[in-house]
Amino acid sequence: MSLKSLTKDWEPMSYGFLDASAKREIRRKTLKAIAVPGCQMPYASREVPMARGWGTGGLQISCTLINLQTTVKVIDQGADDSVNAASIRRFLSRVSGAPTTMDTLKADLIQSRHRIPEEKLREDQVLVLQVPNPEPLRPVQPNMSIARQMHADADYGRMWLQLYEQIVRSGRVMQGASYPSLVHGRFVMTPSPIPRWDVSKMHMAKHLTILSAGREKRLHAVPPYTRVEPLVFDDVPYQVEEHQDLTCARSGAKGFFMNEIPQDDGSSTYEVSDSEFGVKTIRKGDGEPVEIGATWYHAGEMTQ
Amino acid sequence: MMDAPQIVKTRPLLIARNVSKRYGAVQALQDVSASVYPGEVLGIVGESGSGKSTFLRCLNLEEDPDHGSYTLDLPDVQGNLFDLDRYARRMLCATRIGIVYQNPHLGLLMKHSSSGNVAERLLIAGERRFGVLREKARDALDASEFPLDRMDAPPIELSGGMQQRVQLAKAIALEPALLLLDEPTTGLDVSVQALVLDTLKKLQQERKITMVIVSHDLGVIRTLSDRVMVMKGGQVVEEGLADQVFQDPQHAYTQQLVHAKL
Repeated sequence: MSLKSLTKDWEPMSYGFLDASAKREIRRKTLKAIAVPGCQMPYASREVPMARGWGTGGLQISCTLINLQTTVKVIDQGADDSVNAASIRRFLSRVSGAPTTMDTLKADLIQSRHRIPEEKLREDQVLVLQVPNPEPLRPVQPNMSIARQMHADADYGRMWLQLYEQIVRSGRVMQGASYPSLVHGRFVMTPSPIPRWDVSKMHMAKHLTILSAGREKRLHAVPPYTRVEPLVFDDVPYQVEEHQDLTCARSGAKGFFMNEIPQDDGSSTYEVSDSEFGVKTIRKGDGEPVEIGATWYHAGEMTQ
Repeated sequence: MMDAPQIVKTRPLLIARNVSKRYGAVQALQDVSASVYPGEVLGIVGESGSGKSTFLRCLNLEEDPDHGSYTLDLPDVQGNLFDLDRYARRMLCATRIGIVYQNPHLGLLMKHSSSGNVAERLLIAGERRFGVLREKARDALDASEFPLDRMDAPPIELSGGMQQRVQLAKAIALEPALLLLDEPTTGLDVSVQALVLDTLKKLQQERKITMVIVSHDLGVIRTLSDRVMVMKGGQVVEEGLADQVFQDPQHAYTQQLVHAKL
């Protein structure tokens, strides 16, 4: 038996772009992150052919998890067809040969920036979120060594103080995206800059969520069926964006997270932020046989 | 009306024994011992560098002494507090010990609201109801005679006297067993100083808080304390009832100190 028979032939590039040791590093740290829900795991973030801050963390997770049977969907701010989403999707399929889709129901691996799809995810799906700043304590504690101690001690008083200040100053909690949330009753995490509308979708969700920050070199995870509770005062209820009564001007879908489109006359119309969900709604309206999955929100109300 | 004198049967709330601390070549504290009874005010006087602030920082568990023991006679607090881990220290300091620093920048978040500064203490102790936080912050600020129409102004916009009142409100918000005051009125002008001292005196009488007050100003100590400890070069040189020490100082340094007062 020769060494050659035991090893693969030399190739100009590794499968899925990242080399084997980089993928092993990410697999190990992802397992660790899943074992301790919400706890940030430092990892050796590699260079990918994209600028830091454009989703390199998410891309590394996707490159690690991908194989020929993985159907990939990439979302950028709800849209599948923006330049960033299209480029990442094309890159992933080019380095792995994996099929791609825009349909949430058909996807196995969903890499997303700023949104969680409106259709419920299943147990066999993995959501990868791109995170610019994984440290929820950064606004209240610029020293990262002390912030780590605060996580260890579950010393989150300052986070609530931040909310207190916002209510005192503005009459309500002003935190829009990246709403700090308590995972599994232990670690406070930032759920990446998803709107408040999407944070409740993570609570006891069936799917695995991996949140990865390439520039900050840290990742954390929300395993399936894990509590994710946004930080709130007992007597000030958590409020999502007031999109319950908005109707999509293109698809007619009502009660979902909307993008505001300003008009010439100063008014606004709205369209569903989850673009593929909007497209499917339109096609269904036209009588095409389209399958729309169960949604997290019904008539603007969270169902669970 | 004075109460008839009684034999003290209570145990001291605070006992510190042989606390020593060295910074490089400087012996900041050398075998300093002190005990404070519940409801009593202990004044510590001494010149700059005499170790009085270091001692207070040790009592607030901010500073680790080289050796020594420190106990508080409270229901759920046991053993030498210097041996506690970081987490236990933080909880103890937040719930049982209040401190007012000379420099409000040390004790306050300057850009948060004043009420928020007070509420932080309650948040650390686990209060999660906004209404209750608000109410308790208001009560504590009221007790320290802070003007309530400014309760949401950040301390950075307030005068020095007001900042000290916010610190005081923060310190008493959880009704601590022990209140530590590190030169609380130094840096304030004389009239404001008198007002802050008034507040402290009133609080002490109303709530019977046990206090340790550190100052180089004999006037402040004389106004507030029952008992006085005189420190020099990291050691206690004289200790006794306030009147006794000020009227009849025994140690040469204390005599000098009392006479130096203009």
